[in-house]
Amino acid sequence: MKELKVQPIKDGTVIDHIAPGNALKVLKILGITETQPDSVISIAINVTGKRGKKDIVKIENRELDTKEVDKIALIAPNATINIIRNTEVVEKRRVEVPDEIVGIVKCANPNCISNMKEPVESKFIVKSKNPLRIKCYYCEREPDDISSQII
Amino acid sequence: MNFEGRDVISIKDFSKEEILYILEVAQKMVPIAEGKEKSDLLSNYIMASLFFEPSTRTRLSFETAMKRLGGMVIGFSQPGTTSIQKGETLADTIRTAESYCDVIVMRHPNEGSARLAAEFASVPIINGGDGAGHHPTQCLLDLFTIKREKGSIEKNRIALVGDLKYGRTVHSLAYALALFGVDMMFVSPPELQMPKEVVEECREMGVDVTISNKLDNLDEIDVLYVTRIQKERFPDPEEYSRVAGSYRIDLKTLENAKEDLIVMHPLPRVDEISSEVDKTKHAAYFRQTFNGVPVRMALIALVLGEVK
Repeated sequence: MKELKVQPIKDGTVIDHIAPGNALKVLKILGITETQPDSVISIAINVTGKRGKKDIVKIENRELDTKEVDKIALIAPNATINIIRNTEVVEKRRVEVPDEIVGIVKCANPNCISNMKEPVESKFIVKSKNPLRIKCYYCEREPDDISSQII
Repeated sequence: MNFEGRDVISIKDFSKEEILYILEVAQKMVPIAEGKEKSDLLSNYIMASLFFEPSTRTRLSFETAMKRLGGMVIGFSQPGTTSIQKGETLADTIRTAESYCDVIVMRHPNEGSARLAAEFASVPIINGGDGAGHHPTQCLLDLFTIKREKGSIEKNRIALVGDLKYGRTVHSLAYALALFGVDMMFVSPPELQMPKEVVEECREMGVDVTISNKLDNLDEIDVLYVTRIQKERFPDPEEYSRVAGSYRIDLKTLENAKEDLIVMHPLPRVDEISSEVDKTKHAAYFRQTFNGVPVRMALIALVLGEVK
Protein backbone atom coordinates (compact mmCIF):
# COMPACT_ATOMS: atom_id res chain seq x y z
CA MET A 1 0.00 0.00 0.00
CA LYS A 2 1.35 3.44 -0.97
CA GLU A 3 1.74 5.72 2.03
CA LEU A 4 1.47 9.47 1.64
CA LYS A 5 4.05 11.20 3.75
CA VAL A 6 2.55 14.65 3.21
CA GLN A 7 -1.04 15.12 2.15
CA PRO A 8 -1.87 17.23 -0.93
CA ILE A 9 -3.55 20.49 0.06
CA LYS A 10 -6.85 21.91 -1.19
CA ASP A 11 -6.04 25.61 -1.02
CA GLY A 12 -2.82 27.43 -0.23
CA THR A 13 0.84 27.53 -1.24
CA VAL A 14 3.38 24.79 -1.82
CA ILE A 15 7.06 25.76 -1.77
CA ASP A 16 8.94 22.99 -3.53
CA HIS A 17 12.62 22.32 -4.35
CA ILE A 18 14.03 23.89 -1.20
CA ALA A 19 17.60 22.74 -0.63
CA PRO A 20 17.55 19.92 1.97
CA GLY A 21 17.65 21.15 5.55
CA ASN A 22 16.43 24.67 4.84
CA ALA A 23 12.65 24.29 5.26
CA LEU A 24 12.58 25.65 8.79
CA LYS A 25 14.67 28.65 7.78
CA VAL A 26 12.22 29.31 4.95
CA LEU A 27 9.36 29.44 7.44
CA LYS A 28 11.37 31.71 9.68
CA ILE A 29 12.09 34.15 6.85
CA LEU A 30 8.45 34.16 5.82
CA GLY A 31 7.50 34.94 9.39
CA ILE A 32 5.18 31.96 9.51
CA THR A 33 5.05 30.58 13.00
CA GLU A 34 2.83 28.48 15.15
CA THR A 35 0.93 31.63 16.13
CA GLN A 36 -1.03 31.61 12.87
CA PRO A 37 -4.11 29.62 13.77
CA ASP A 38 -5.71 29.61 10.31
CA SER A 39 -2.93 27.79 8.51
CA VAL A 40 -2.00 24.16 8.74
CA ILE A 41 1.64 23.91 7.78
CA SER A 42 3.25 20.67 6.63
CA ILE A 43 6.99 20.36 6.34
CA ALA A 44 8.85 17.59 4.60
CA ILE A 45 12.60 17.45 5.04
CA ASN A 46 14.97 15.32 2.92
CA VAL A 47 12.31 14.07 0.52
CA THR A 48 13.73 12.18 -2.48
CA GLY A 49 12.65 13.91 -5.67
CA LYS A 50 13.60 13.57 -9.36
CA ARG A 51 16.61 15.84 -8.88
CA GLY A 52 17.79 14.41 -5.56
CA LYS A 53 16.88 15.35 -2.00
CA LYS A 54 14.82 18.40 -1.20
CA ASP A 55 12.56 20.00 1.39
CA ILE A 56 8.91 20.93 0.82
CA VAL A 57 6.69 23.34 2.74
CA LYS A 58 2.89 23.35 2.35
CA ILE A 59 0.88 26.19 3.80
CA GLU A 60 -2.88 25.69 3.80
CA ASN A 61 -5.43 28.45 3.23
CA ARG A 62 -2.85 31.09 2.54
CA GLU A 63 -1.57 32.36 -0.83
CA LEU A 64 1.82 33.96 -0.48
CA ASP A 65 2.38 37.05 -2.60
CA THR A 66 5.45 37.72 -4.75
CA LYS A 67 7.15 40.03 -2.25
CA GLU A 68 6.84 37.47 0.50
CA VAL A 69 8.20 34.55 -1.43
CA ASP A 70 11.07 36.43 -3.05
CA LYS A 71 12.58 36.83 0.41
CA ILE A 72 13.31 33.12 0.53
CA ALA A 73 15.49 33.35 -2.57
CA LEU A 74 18.36 34.17 -0.19
CA ILE A 75 18.49 30.61 1.11
CA ALA A 76 16.44 28.70 -1.44
CA PRO A 77 17.26 30.20 -4.84
CA ASN A 78 15.95 27.15 -6.73
CA ALA A 79 12.61 26.95 -4.93
CA THR A 80 9.36 26.90 -6.90
CA ILE A 81 6.09 28.35 -5.65
CA ASN A 82 2.81 26.65 -6.45
CA ILE A 83 -0.46 28.38 -5.65
CA ILE A 84 -3.22 25.82 -5.12
CA ARG A 85 -6.94 26.49 -5.43
CA ASN A 86 -9.40 23.66 -5.02
CA THR A 87 -6.53 21.12 -5.34
CA GLU A 88 -5.47 22.57 -8.74
CA VAL A 89 -2.16 24.35 -9.34
CA VAL A 90 -3.32 27.73 -10.63
CA GLU A 91 0.08 29.41 -10.63
CA LYS A 92 3.62 28.08 -10.67
CA ARG A 93 6.77 30.17 -10.65
CA ARG A 94 10.34 30.33 -9.45
CA VAL A 95 11.53 32.65 -6.72
CA GLU A 96 13.44 35.73 -7.80
CA VAL A 97 16.08 37.55 -5.77
CA PRO A 98 14.86 41.12 -5.10
CA ASP A 99 17.16 44.11 -5.80
CA GLU A 100 17.04 45.15 -2.15
CA ILE A 101 16.76 43.04 0.98
CA VAL A 102 15.25 44.89 3.93
CA GLY A 103 14.90 43.62 7.49
CA ILE A 104 15.85 40.01 6.73
CA VAL A 105 19.64 39.84 7.00
CA LYS A 106 21.69 41.29 9.86
CA CYS A 107 24.97 42.98 8.93
CA ALA A 108 27.97 40.85 9.95
CA ASN A 109 29.99 43.93 10.88
CA PRO A 110 29.47 44.54 14.62
CA ASN A 111 30.54 48.17 14.16
CA CYS A 112 27.98 48.86 11.43
CA ILE A 113 25.48 51.59 12.34
CA SER A 114 22.62 49.24 11.41
CA ASN A 115 23.60 47.09 14.42
CA MET A 116 23.29 50.02 16.83
CA LYS A 117 20.07 51.18 18.48
CA GLU A 118 18.96 53.29 15.55
CA PRO A 119 15.42 53.43 14.13
CA VAL A 120 16.32 51.64 10.88
CA GLU A 121 15.94 48.16 9.48
CA SER A 122 18.94 46.37 8.05
CA LYS A 123 19.21 46.91 4.31
CA PHE A 124 21.29 45.13 1.69
CA ILE A 125 21.82 45.87 -1.97
CA VAL A 126 22.05 42.84 -4.26
CA LYS A 127 25.35 43.07 -6.18
CA SER A 128 24.91 39.85 -8.09
CA LYS A 129 22.06 37.35 -8.24
CA ASN A 130 24.06 34.37 -9.46
CA PRO A 131 26.20 33.75 -7.49
CA LEU A 132 24.28 35.65 -4.83
CA ARG A 133 26.32 38.57 -3.49
CA ILE A 134 24.86 41.27 -1.28
CA LYS A 135 26.38 44.30 0.42
CA CYS A 136 25.20 46.28 3.40
CA TYR A 137 23.61 49.57 2.31
CA TYR A 138 25.17 51.31 5.30
CA CYS A 139 28.71 49.96 5.80
CA GLU A 140 29.08 48.25 2.37
CA ARG A 141 30.44 45.00 3.83
CA GLU A 142 29.55 41.72 2.17
CA PRO A 143 28.59 38.88 4.53
CA ASP A 144 30.64 35.70 3.97
CA ASP A 145 27.71 33.44 4.86
CA ILE A 146 24.33 35.01 4.18
CA SER A 147 22.22 32.25 5.72
CA SER A 148 23.95 32.58 9.11
CA GLN A 149 23.06 36.29 9.18
CA ILE A 150 19.32 35.85 8.66
CA ILE A 151 17.44 37.59 11.44
CA MET B 1 27.25 70.37 -13.07
CA ASN B 2 24.90 70.77 -10.12
CA PHE B 3 25.87 69.60 -6.64
CA GLU B 4 23.16 71.48 -4.75
CA GLY B 5 21.62 69.40 -1.98
CA ARG B 6 23.96 66.45 -2.55
CA ASP B 7 25.43 64.38 0.26
CA VAL B 8 29.16 63.60 0.30
CA ILE B 9 29.36 60.12 1.80
CA SER B 10 31.89 58.18 -0.29
CA ILE B 11 34.30 59.06 -3.09
CA LYS B 12 32.51 56.35 -5.08
CA ASP B 13 29.45 58.60 -5.27
CA PHE B 14 31.38 60.85 -7.70
CA SER B 15 32.45 60.43 -11.30
CA LYS B 16 35.91 61.39 -12.53
CA GLU B 17 34.43 64.50 -14.19
CA GLU B 18 32.72 65.54 -10.96
CA ILE B 19 35.93 65.06 -8.98
CA LEU B 20 37.84 67.21 -11.48
CA TYR B 21 35.17 69.90 -11.21
CA ILE B 22 35.41 69.94 -7.39
CA LEU B 23 39.21 70.30 -7.68
CA GLU B 24 38.77 73.13 -10.18
CA VAL B 25 36.49 74.99 -7.75
CA ALA B 26 38.96 74.26 -4.92
CA GLN B 27 41.77 75.86 -6.96
CA LYS B 28 39.71 79.05 -7.24
CA MET B 29 39.22 79.03 -3.46
CA VAL B 30 42.97 79.01 -2.69
CA PRO B 31 43.44 82.83 -2.34
CA ILE B 32 40.44 82.98 0.04
CA ALA B 33 41.74 80.00 2.01
CA GLU B 34 45.08 81.76 2.34
CA GLY B 35 43.34 84.87 3.67
CA LYS B 36 44.53 86.97 0.70
CA GLU B 37 41.00 87.58 -0.52
CA LYS B 38 37.80 88.05 1.45
CA SER B 39 34.50 86.35 0.71
CA ASP B 40 30.97 86.52 2.06
CA LEU B 41 29.67 83.81 -0.28
CA LEU B 42 28.12 81.79 2.57
CA SER B 43 27.25 84.66 4.92
CA ASN B 44 23.64 83.50 5.31
CA TYR B 45 24.52 79.90 6.07
CA ILE B 46 25.20 77.85 9.19
CA MET B 47 27.24 74.65 9.19
CA ALA B 48 26.82 72.11 11.99
CA SER B 49 30.07 70.37 12.84
CA LEU B 50 29.19 67.15 14.67
CA PHE B 51 32.32 65.32 15.79
CA PHE B 52 31.53 62.19 17.76
CA GLU B 53 35.21 61.22 17.57
CA PRO B 54 38.49 63.10 17.99
CA SER B 55 39.86 65.05 15.05
CA THR B 56 42.34 67.85 14.55
CA ARG B 57 42.68 68.56 10.84
CA THR B 58 39.28 67.52 9.52
CA ARG B 59 37.26 69.52 12.05
CA LEU B 60 39.50 72.59 12.09
CA SER B 61 39.78 72.78 8.31
CA PHE B 62 36.01 72.39 7.82
CA GLU B 63 35.34 75.13 10.34
CA THR B 64 38.02 77.35 8.78
CA ALA B 65 36.57 76.67 5.32
CA MET B 66 33.10 77.78 6.43
CA LYS B 67 34.37 80.88 8.22
CA ARG B 68 36.65 81.94 5.34
CA LEU B 69 33.51 81.99 3.17
CA GLY B 70 31.66 84.18 5.68
CA GLY B 71 29.50 81.38 7.11
CA MET B 72 28.78 80.45 10.71
CA VAL B 73 29.55 77.25 12.58
CA ILE B 74 27.75 75.44 15.40
CA GLY B 75 28.45 71.99 16.77
CA PHE B 76 30.41 69.86 19.19
CA SER B 77 33.65 67.96 19.33
CA GLN B 78 32.99 66.24 22.63
CA PRO B 79 29.76 64.23 22.41
CA GLY B 80 29.94 63.73 26.19
CA THR B 81 28.53 67.25 26.59
CA THR B 82 25.40 66.48 24.52
CA SER B 83 22.23 64.35 24.81
CA ILE B 84 24.12 61.49 23.14
CA GLN B 85 25.40 60.91 26.67
CA LYS B 86 21.76 60.28 27.67
CA GLY B 87 21.40 57.63 24.97
CA GLU B 88 19.96 59.75 22.15
CA THR B 89 20.17 58.01 18.78
CA LEU B 90 22.21 59.37 15.90
CA ALA B 91 18.98 59.68 13.90
CA ASP B 92 17.47 62.01 16.54
CA THR B 93 20.69 63.99 16.91
CA ILE B 94 20.72 64.56 13.15
CA ARG B 95 17.02 65.55 13.04
CA THR B 96 17.72 68.06 15.81
CA ALA B 97 20.87 69.50 14.23
CA GLU B 98 19.30 69.87 10.79
CA SER B 99 16.64 72.17 12.20
CA TYR B 100 19.41 74.59 13.21
CA CYS B 101 21.65 74.55 10.15
CA ASP B 102 22.01 74.37 6.36
CA VAL B 103 24.70 71.68 6.08
CA ILE B 104 26.06 69.03 8.44
CA VAL B 105 29.65 67.80 8.64
CA MET B 106 30.07 64.74 10.82
CA ARG B 107 32.59 62.21 12.06
CA HIS B 108 31.28 59.13 13.83
CA PRO B 109 32.86 55.86 15.06
CA ASN B 110 30.38 53.53 13.32
CA GLU B 111 30.67 52.46 9.69
CA GLY B 112 27.65 53.56 7.67
CA SER B 113 26.75 56.36 10.09
CA ALA B 114 26.97 59.11 7.46
CA ARG B 115 24.75 57.10 5.10
CA LEU B 116 22.21 56.72 7.91
CA ALA B 117 22.41 60.44 8.74
CA ALA B 118 21.72 61.27 5.10
CA GLU B 119 18.51 59.24 5.27
CA PHE B 120 17.20 61.36 8.13
CA ALA B 121 18.47 64.79 7.10
CA SER B 122 17.02 67.06 4.48
CA VAL B 123 20.18 69.21 4.51
CA PRO B 124 23.35 67.88 2.86
CA ILE B 125 25.56 65.57 4.94
CA ILE B 126 29.32 65.68 4.46
CA ASN B 127 31.13 62.64 5.84
CA GLY B 128 34.24 63.53 7.82
CA GLY B 129 35.00 59.85 8.50
CA ASP B 130 32.72 56.98 9.53
CA GLY B 131 34.66 54.42 11.57
CA ALA B 132 36.83 52.31 9.28
CA GLY B 133 34.56 53.29 6.37
CA HIS B 134 34.92 56.34 4.17
CA HIS B 135 36.69 59.68 4.40
CA PRO B 136 35.86 61.26 1.04
CA THR B 137 37.08 64.78 1.80
CA GLN B 138 40.53 63.42 2.73
CA CYS B 139 40.58 61.60 -0.59
CA LEU B 140 39.65 64.76 -2.49
CA LEU B 141 42.32 66.83 -0.74
CA ASP B 142 44.89 64.12 -1.49
CA LEU B 143 43.97 64.25 -5.18
CA PHE B 144 44.05 68.05 -5.07
CA THR B 145 47.53 67.94 -3.52
CA ILE B 146 48.85 65.59 -6.20
CA LYS B 147 47.35 67.81 -8.90
CA ARG B 148 48.78 71.02 -7.41
CA GLU B 149 52.20 69.56 -6.71
CA LYS B 150 52.67 67.52 -9.88
CA GLY B 151 50.50 69.36 -12.42
CA SER B 152 48.27 66.37 -13.08
CA ILE B 153 46.99 63.27 -11.33
CA GLU B 154 47.33 60.90 -14.26
CA LYS B 155 51.00 61.00 -15.14
CA ASN B 156 52.41 59.68 -11.88
CA ARG B 157 53.51 56.42 -10.37
CA ILE B 158 52.33 56.38 -6.80
CA ALA B 159 53.40 54.22 -3.84
CA LEU B 160 51.05 53.80 -0.89
CA VAL B 161 53.10 52.79 2.15
CA GLY B 162 52.35 51.57 5.70
CA ASP B 163 49.09 50.28 7.12
CA LEU B 164 47.08 49.54 4.00
CA LYS B 165 44.72 47.14 5.74
CA TYR B 166 43.03 49.34 8.32
CA GLY B 167 43.90 52.81 7.02
CA ARG B 168 40.58 54.13 5.71
CA THR B 169 42.15 56.90 3.63
CA VAL B 170 44.20 54.55 1.47
CA HIS B 171 41.26 52.41 0.35
CA SER B 172 39.35 55.41 -1.02
CA LEU B 173 42.53 56.89 -2.45
CA ALA B 174 43.47 53.67 -4.27
CA TYR B 175 40.01 53.58 -5.85
CA ALA B 176 40.17 57.25 -6.87
CA LEU B 177 43.68 56.89 -8.33
CA ALA B 178 42.52 53.85 -10.31
CA LEU B 179 39.66 56.00 -11.64
CA PHE B 180 42.36 58.31 -13.02
CA GLY B 181 44.31 55.39 -14.48
CA VAL B 182 47.28 55.76 -12.13
CA ASP B 183 49.59 52.74 -11.65
CA MET B 184 50.30 52.01 -8.01
CA MET B 185 52.66 50.20 -5.67
CA PHE B 186 51.22 48.94 -2.38
CA VAL B 187 54.02 48.63 0.18
CA SER B 188 53.20 47.19 3.60
CA PRO B 189 54.13 44.49 6.10
CA PRO B 190 52.39 41.21 5.13
CA GLU B 191 49.95 41.50 8.07
CA LEU B 192 48.82 44.96 6.98
CA GLN B 193 48.39 44.40 3.24
CA MET B 194 45.80 46.17 1.13
CA PRO B 195 42.53 44.16 1.27
CA LYS B 196 42.12 41.77 -1.63
CA GLU B 197 38.88 43.36 -2.83
CA VAL B 198 40.56 46.78 -3.14
CA VAL B 199 43.44 45.29 -5.16
CA GLU B 200 41.00 43.39 -7.40
CA GLU B 201 38.86 46.47 -7.93
CA CYS B 202 41.90 48.53 -8.99
CA ARG B 203 43.02 45.81 -11.41
CA GLU B 204 39.50 45.49 -12.84
CA MET B 205 39.64 49.23 -13.49
CA GLY B 206 42.66 48.56 -15.70
CA VAL B 207 45.59 49.88 -13.67
CA ASP B 208 48.86 48.15 -12.92
CA VAL B 209 49.21 47.30 -9.22
CA THR B 210 52.40 45.97 -7.60
CA ILE B 211 52.35 44.54 -4.08
CA SER B 212 55.53 44.52 -2.03
CA ASN B 213 56.69 44.41 1.58
CA LYS B 214 59.83 46.40 0.79
CA LEU B 215 60.14 50.01 -0.13
CA ASP B 216 62.59 49.91 -3.02
CA ASN B 217 62.68 51.21 -6.59
CA LEU B 218 62.15 54.67 -5.15
CA ASP B 219 63.73 56.09 -8.32
CA GLU B 220 60.57 55.03 -10.20
CA ILE B 221 58.14 56.72 -7.82
CA ASP B 222 56.64 60.21 -8.20
CA VAL B 223 54.45 60.28 -5.11
CA LEU B 224 55.11 58.50 -1.83
CA TYR B 225 51.93 58.36 0.25
CA VAL B 226 52.85 57.28 3.79
CA THR B 227 50.39 56.18 6.48
CA ARG B 228 50.76 55.49 10.17
CA ILE B 229 51.28 51.94 11.39
CA GLN B 230 49.28 51.77 14.59
CA LYS B 231 50.79 50.19 17.68
CA GLU B 232 47.48 48.55 18.67
CA ARG B 233 47.56 46.36 15.54
CA PHE B 234 50.45 44.41 17.04
CA PRO B 235 50.12 42.26 20.18
CA ASP B 236 53.89 42.35 20.69
CA PRO B 237 55.44 45.85 21.17
CA GLU B 238 58.86 44.65 19.93
CA GLU B 239 57.29 43.34 16.74
CA TYR B 240 55.62 46.72 16.27
CA SER B 241 58.92 48.57 16.66
CA ARG B 242 60.65 46.27 14.18
CA VAL B 243 57.90 46.52 11.55
CA ALA B 244 57.24 50.24 11.96
CA GLY B 245 60.99 50.97 11.83
CA SER B 246 61.40 49.21 8.49
CA TYR B 247 58.98 51.63 6.79
CA ARG B 248 60.40 54.78 8.31
CA ILE B 249 61.15 57.52 5.77
CA ASP B 250 64.33 59.48 6.47
CA LEU B 251 67.03 61.24 4.46
CA LYS B 252 68.77 57.94 3.76
CA THR B 253 65.58 56.41 2.33
CA LEU B 254 65.24 59.39 0.02
CA GLU B 255 68.83 59.22 -1.32
CA ASN B 256 67.79 57.44 -4.50
CA ALA B 257 64.52 59.28 -4.90
CA LYS B 258 63.62 61.32 -7.96
CA GLU B 259 64.37 65.03 -7.65
CA ASP B 260 60.69 65.89 -7.73
CA LEU B 261 59.34 63.05 -5.61
CA ILE B 262 56.75 64.28 -3.12
CA VAL B 263 56.08 62.68 0.25
CA MET B 264 52.48 62.86 1.45
CA HIS B 265 50.87 61.79 4.74
CA PRO B 266 47.28 62.25 5.98
CA LEU B 267 48.72 62.98 9.45
CA PRO B 268 48.96 62.57 12.39
CA ARG B 269 52.38 60.97 12.01
CA VAL B 270 54.27 59.34 14.82
CA ASP B 271 57.65 57.98 13.70
CA GLU B 272 57.00 57.02 10.10
CA ILE B 273 58.51 60.19 8.62
CA SER B 274 61.61 61.55 10.31
CA SER B 275 61.38 65.28 11.12
CA GLU B 276 64.60 65.83 9.12
CA VAL B 277 62.51 65.21 5.97
CA ASP B 278 60.32 68.23 6.82
CA LYS B 279 62.95 70.63 5.51
CA THR B 280 63.47 68.88 2.18
CA LYS B 281 61.64 69.81 -1.01
CA HIS B 282 60.08 66.35 -0.96
CA ALA B 283 57.91 67.10 2.10
CA ALA B 284 54.41 67.93 0.87
CA TYR B 285 52.44 66.86 3.95
CA PHE B 286 51.94 70.26 5.52
CA ARG B 287 50.88 71.76 2.19
CA GLN B 288 48.55 68.75 1.93
CA THR B 289 47.07 69.72 5.31
CA PHE B 290 46.46 73.27 4.09
CA ASN B 291 44.77 71.90 0.96
CA GLY B 292 42.00 70.53 3.15
CA VAL B 293 40.69 74.09 3.47
CA PRO B 294 40.12 75.03 -0.20
CA VAL B 295 38.78 71.55 -1.00
CA ARG B 296 36.28 71.72 1.86
CA MET B 297 35.37 75.30 0.91
CA ALA B 298 34.58 74.05 -2.58
CA LEU B 299 32.47 71.18 -1.31
CA ILE B 300 30.43 73.28 1.14
CA ALA B 301 29.79 75.99 -1.47
CA LEU B 302 28.83 73.36 -4.07
CA VAL B 303 26.38 71.39 -1.92
CA LEU B 304 24.79 74.65 -0.72
CA GLY B 305 24.31 75.61 -4.35
CA GLU B 306 26.29 78.87 -4.07
CA VAL B 307 28.76 77.65 -6.68
CA LYS B 308 27.22 75.98 -9.70
